[in-house]
Amino acid sequence: MIVELGHFALVLALAVAVLQTVVPLVGAHKRWATWMAVGEPAAVVQFLLVSFSFAALTYAFVTSDFSLSLVVMNSHTDKPMIYKISGVWGNHEGSLLLWVLILALFGACASWFGGNLPPTLRARVLAVQGSIGVAFLAFLLLTSNPFLRLAEPPLNGRDLNPLLQDPGLALHPPFLYLGYVGLSMAFSFAVAALIEGRVDAAWGRWVRPWTLAAWVFLTIGIALGSWWAYYELGWGGFWFWDPVENASFMPWLIAAALLHSAIVVEKREALKSWTILLAIVAFGFSLIGTFIVRSGVITSVHAFANDPERGIFILLILAFFMGGALTLYAARAKAMEAKGVFGIVSRESALVVNNILLAVACFVVFIGTIWPLVAELLWDRKLSVGAPFFNAAFSPFMVALAMLMPFGALIPWKRAQIGRGMAPLWPVLALSVAFGALIFAMQTGRSAVGPVAAALGLWVVLGAGVDLWSRTGRGTIGNRLSRLTRLPRADWGKATAHSGMGITLFAAAAMHAWQAEDIRVAQIGETFAFHGYEVTLNAVEEVEGPNYISTMATMTLAANGREIAVLQPEKRVYPVQAMPTTEAAIDYGFTRDVYLVIGDEQENGGWAVRSYFKPFANWLWIGSGLMALGGLFSLSDRRYRIAAGATRTRAMAQPAE
Amino acid sequence: MRALILSLALALTPLAPALAVQPDEVLPDPALEARARELSKVLRCPVCQAENIDESNAELSRDLRLLVRERLVEGDSDQEVLDFVVARYGEYVLFKPDASGTNLILWLAGPAMLLLGLGAAAVYLRGRKSAPEPTVAGLSEDERKRLAEILKE
Repeated sequence: MIVELGHFALVLALAVAVLQTVVPLVGAHKRWATWMAVGEPAAVVQFLLVSFSFAALTYAFVTSDFSLSLVVMNSHTDKPMIYKISGVWGNHEGSLLLWVLILALFGACASWFGGNLPPTLRARVLAVQGSIGVAFLAFLLLTSNPFLRLAEPPLNGRDLNPLLQDPGLALHPPFLYLGYVGLSMAFSFAVAALIEGRVDAAWGRWVRPWTLAAWVFLTIGIALGSWWAYYELGWGGFWFWDPVENASFMPWLIAAALLHSAIVVEKREALKSWTILLAIVAFGFSLIGTFIVRSGVITSVHAFANDPERGIFILLILAFFMGGALTLYAARAKAMEAKGVFGIVSRESALVVNNILLAVACFVVFIGTIWPLVAELLWDRKLSVGAPFFNAAFSPFMVALAMLMPFGALIPWKRAQIGRGMAPLWPVLALSVAFGALIFAMQTGRSAVGPVAAALGLWVVLGAGVDLWSRTGRGTIGNRLSRLTRLPRADWGKATAHSGMGITLFAAAAMHAWQAEDIRVAQIGETFAFHGYEVTLNAVEEVEGPNYISTMATMTLAANGREIAVLQPEKRVYPVQAMPTTEAAIDYGFTRDVYLVIGDEQENGGWAVRSYFKPFANWLWIGSGLMALGGLFSLSDRRYRIAAGATRTRAMAQPAE
Repeated sequence: MRALILSLALALTPLAPALAVQPDEVLPDPALEARARELSKVLRCPVCQAENIDESNAELSRDLRLLVRERLVEGDSDQEVLDFVVARYGEYVLFKPDASGTNLILWLAGPAMLLLGLGAAAVYLRGRKSAPEPTVAGLSEDERKRLAEILKE
């Protein structure tokens, strides 16, 4: 019964979404206030209906209702409760329902917090958001209905893919979707502004919090996925340049560019049409990402739903929204002429360069991702593009970005001088280069990647510090310190996110340059030396988990005879899916992780044991965390507060600062 | 030759799912082994989805790892080993496509786009530099109306 209601709510939501699209759009065109006002309640009702539908599906999973085909395919009575819940989105249909739920949530947020928008813009934003809802609800209902019943329900389900039974991966999709779908708001704002025919500083300020929120969620989602790959896949890789990873990385890069260009629109009323274009393209990449993941057109580890019919449907959605938005853009972009005047050396120019680097980096990822498809279609060449290509073709852009970041972030708006801008940075630059040289001298005979990354990382982090310090103006140290605590949160956000970027960059390079690895057969009781540690294989035993059987080793990690940790790497077999997984045991440390994996029992006795030394692994997650935190700081700055609508009169009394 | 590798592989492969590089594959010479590992990272497992043979658990990947090591022991250079594998399995197994023929487009797309972007930016920035400074009084009729509205509130 509840399941049927859930299905019914979804159909109703589609009807409401159609209403939300058509009525406010007509209303805004004809300036009929009552028609325009329909958008807000419609968005809220659509959200409530989709929430109910999602709750109904969750209920079916939690109660293991095996009359539902989706539950049979992806659940099992023995599965722990958290994975029964995460199983809701651990499959194609459910994850799309989550997609639509988040889309509706953003629409509802726009209606709750959009109080300070001009009525026509608000109506149009909600209408565009509604139209995306129409497309995806139709897609869900026509090709991927999660509420299909089975005539003869089986006694038990087929369980969730064991790789997905993991806390990191339970949370990864929701965050990623919050990011992907969050960019739909930037898109809606861009299309609404194109329909309105005007983009001004206020528009820049309205669109930025939504982009910022989407970017923060994307950062967290990508970091979670990368962390999961690191500890779950069994060899400590954290980024594979897999098409599906690229699918989430491309919107992240464009959203990062959009964040920065929206600042120029807000502060200087320049780069308007470029910002609109970025907002459209950012959501376009979200749709492309959805297409790549959902259609399985570029096969990868993640493609659990290979279905050409669905692929074509998403491609049509993509073609409609991108085609429509870009046509509108071509017709209207000319009207958005820039106002701000600025010199070649200025903050504006620095942000333009930032945008070029991020956009071209995204383009490189894009072309690398689709190249196998293009080569096969056009020249019948079956080829692969993987990590070695991206490392070579993508990394230079990030290096250039990091090199320019401290300078670009520091120089003033309008007109700057290179000498003046660099003045406070020279000591930092000297220190960073010296630090890199020191590290190079210490590590004899290795590649220069590590030292260069260390110098670059330090440069970015210290540069962010200098930037923050310079914002405190002149005066005694005490005065400046107290001013430091009162700086706007956006300043803190910028410095935090920038240093996070420096740390992540350094950690990624350090992992490449300095990791060590050992593969051997160890007998029970044997101790072997590994990268300055002593590792002992104490025992290997069979252990039974709730829905798996595990071969668990007990190993001791010691240094100079002192025990550091007892680690228990496992090898699990999930009988229902007949799938083995490895569970590495990791001794987490501030400057390094020691990562142990147990392999197979050997015919002539002993076990295959793999040991990895992962330098600065944690810094990857710390760096990504800082980027997300920086975004949150900026988001909480009162100038951008999404909830500005709640304090409407006050916000209105002090327009554009 | 291939039959030999295959029988060798079958004899060595345990029945349980193997886990990437096995201890018995490791070459005694660390320098040669290091080269083998680097080569394994640019070779794609032909039957997996997006894994290199160094990380893959598939039997075919194990065969390829053994093949790479065998060629290295016989004194092939890195490029010769790659050519050898590509000749048998096609360029599909290369994760870093050759920068030749139509693949030049792939390799040059990034740098070309960067130049294009920088060129466009240069034109734009020069335009911004010499654009007339807008006057404060340059509000349009609409803007003036809205400003009045805002101030009234």
